[in-house]
Amino acid sequence: MTLVSTLDRATIALGDARVGFRGRIAALDMTRAPAAGLPPSELERRLLELGFVEGAAVELLHQGLFGGDPIAVRVAATTIALRRREAMAVVVSQQDPQP
Amino acid sequence: MNVAVDLAPVVTLVGNPNCGKTALFNALTGSRQKVANYPGVTVEKKTGRVVTPTGRTLDVVDLPGTYSLRARSPDEEITRDVVLGKLASERAPDLIVCVADASNLRLAIRLALELKHVGRPVLMSLNMMDIAKKRGIDIDLEALSRELGIPVVASVAVRRGGIDRLMQALDERTARLEPAGTADWRAPDAAALRNAQREADRVLRVAIRNAGKLDPGTARADQVLLHPVGGLIILLAILFVMFQAVFAWAQPAMNLISDGFTWLGVQAAALPLPEIIRSFLKDGLISGVGSVIVFLPQIVILFLFILLLEDLGYMARAAFLMDRIMGGAGLHGRAFIPLLSSFACAIPGIMATRVIDDRRDRLTTILVAPLMTCSARIPVYTLIISAFVPDTKVWGFVGLQGLVMFGLYAAGITGALAVSFVAKRFFWRTTAGEPFMLELPDYKIPQARSLAMGVTARALAFLKRAGTTILSMMILIWVLASFPQPPEGAAGPAINYSLAAKIGHAIEPVTRPLGFNWQINVALIPGMAAREVAVGALGTIYAVDAGEGAREKIGKALAGQWSLGTALALLVWYVFAPQCASTLAVIRRETGGWRWMAVTFFYMLALAYAAAFATFQIAHAAGAG
Repeated sequence: MTLVSTLDRATIALGDARVGFRGRIAALDMTRAPAAGLPPSELERRLLELGFVEGAAVELLHQGLFGGDPIAVRVAATTIALRRREAMAVVVSQQDPQP
Repeated sequence: MNVAVDLAPVVTLVGNPNCGKTALFNALTGSRQKVANYPGVTVEKKTGRVVTPTGRTLDVVDLPGTYSLRARSPDEEITRDVVLGKLASERAPDLIVCVADASNLRLAIRLALELKHVGRPVLMSLNMMDIAKKRGIDIDLEALSRELGIPVVASVAVRRGGIDRLMQALDERTARLEPAGTADWRAPDAAALRNAQREADRVLRVAIRNAGKLDPGTARADQVLLHPVGGLIILLAILFVMFQAVFAWAQPAMNLISDGFTWLGVQAAALPLPEIIRSFLKDGLISGVGSVIVFLPQIVILFLFILLLEDLGYMARAAFLMDRIMGGAGLHGRAFIPLLSSFACAIPGIMATRVIDDRRDRLTTILVAPLMTCSARIPVYTLIISAFVPDTKVWGFVGLQGLVMFGLYAAGITGALAVSFVAKRFFWRTTAGEPFMLELPDYKIPQARSLAMGVTARALAFLKRAGTTILSMMILIWVLASFPQPPEGAAGPAINYSLAAKIGHAIEPVTRPLGFNWQINVALIPGMAAREVAVGALGTIYAVDAGEGAREKIGKALAGQWSLGTALALLVWYVFAPQCASTLAVIRRETGGWRWMAVTFFYMLALAYAAAFATFQIAHAAGAG
């Protein structure tokens, strides 16, 4: 357990996560979502307004039928639906195992 | 009372979407509220009067739900300008009430922090406290108020006495109005939003325990309702029940209304008045009003379903399930709600497109909304179907008439998807569209009172329209069909000598390739006021008395006069044609100019002409012409 937490755990894009993924937001990186339908500064503000802030707990709850898109994500105390294309900008790290 | 009524302090309600703001507004103002003509859910700006316990009168303004004052859509521009006191027609708020869902406070607290920069007094109303308590969310009101630096009161909008404390707070805060402070609000950039959300999270940690718990009921329901396959099947089942209800449940009420107007017509015809006035009362006025009001039950049932799904919290799920399917046709997931509303009437549907942030996505949705089969098409469809399609079963259990009806709905939907696909590809030439980002609220049990108020508002809007535009058009068609009167001893129906017949004959060369005769042409003209008027007009033209079994008689007259090809072509025409002046007027208003109205009119006209032409020519070639 101490070993795991001292390692620099790999981060992935929320847009690549599977249903059931739990983790924390490590960073918002607009360069990782080049296919998003908005200019980077606007996309970042929209994500922030819906509560995607560094450190917030996230869990991927549901996904759609076609291509697993869109996804429903629990962000802290709110459930947000978004497409994987935009969720690529949310960099997440696997959460510590619950004690 | 020391405050003049017209100078009552202005209290403005601001809050996140789904925070229960509309329920709170209803609880505060009751029936003393003004809603615009065609209200969509949280789209229209609503105002109402409140009388506080000490007798003070307040003007309450309900604004569309928002996450930030930063405007990203026409909706949010209104919210921002009203809150900042920048909208010329509105008085600036004397008190801002930040409405928050107590069980979902994280984003609301950030909004409250932002509202403090407006320079007006702010009060937070923690709504749905009962639900938060039940879920074990423990809120320290004093700590929250202290950390936020604004007063916080708890409320339960849907319970009697649930807003007493809010009323008291409104009373106290408006008794001694603070002068407007310095407004230093600026549209926040990413850094400002990040800092504000961090501050909000700090406040949340200090004041609330168990804030992040997922509602177990919602979690369980979503396992089923958001299931990739099962969820879609349930959505289709809900839509099926909805349309079944519109057709089946409305029938008894429609029969009652229809019989009532028949009775009135008989009474009017027996009055000791000159023939022409009796004819006007019976055939113009009474049958005109009756032919429109008869749709009220269908409109009420449809809006009941739409509002019920909205209040339940299901509409956002429907948008989630439909996003990829709609996206394939170039439509936004949020377009699902406006397009679904358009099945009742394109007017509220087009107004509901304000929830779509991106202008191009919004215009595409507005363009195709009139192709959804609205309830005004139903009487035309049922009339022609019952006259021309045999009442038999295919595969043993599916009614052929119902199947044709389903086909007409499907044709409208397919047409809408095709048009939006073409618009996206060739008109806008874009691939990446507006992102789909939407909060999925917890499921809530809808409140009967709020549903009743919503349905009433829409029913009244329909009746108002029926009472003005449609009635005057019905009178116009009676005049056109009655004058000039036929010469003494003339043969054939009197209408053959009227102005209406002359117009119908004049445009006959254009409509002949569609299989339309001059009688149909005449009916299509008043059908511009409202599609359903065409039914009454056909009755007048084929000299069918309104009254007992009028619809069956009109159907019989048509079956004797038209070929199957003509009937099918007219049905197809009605799927696509821009046969509704009110819809066009709303498009003009919503898009701010004639351009998009003209685009809509001409593309629909072209589509309708081409489709009806093809239908009639194919039917003709197949020997049904």
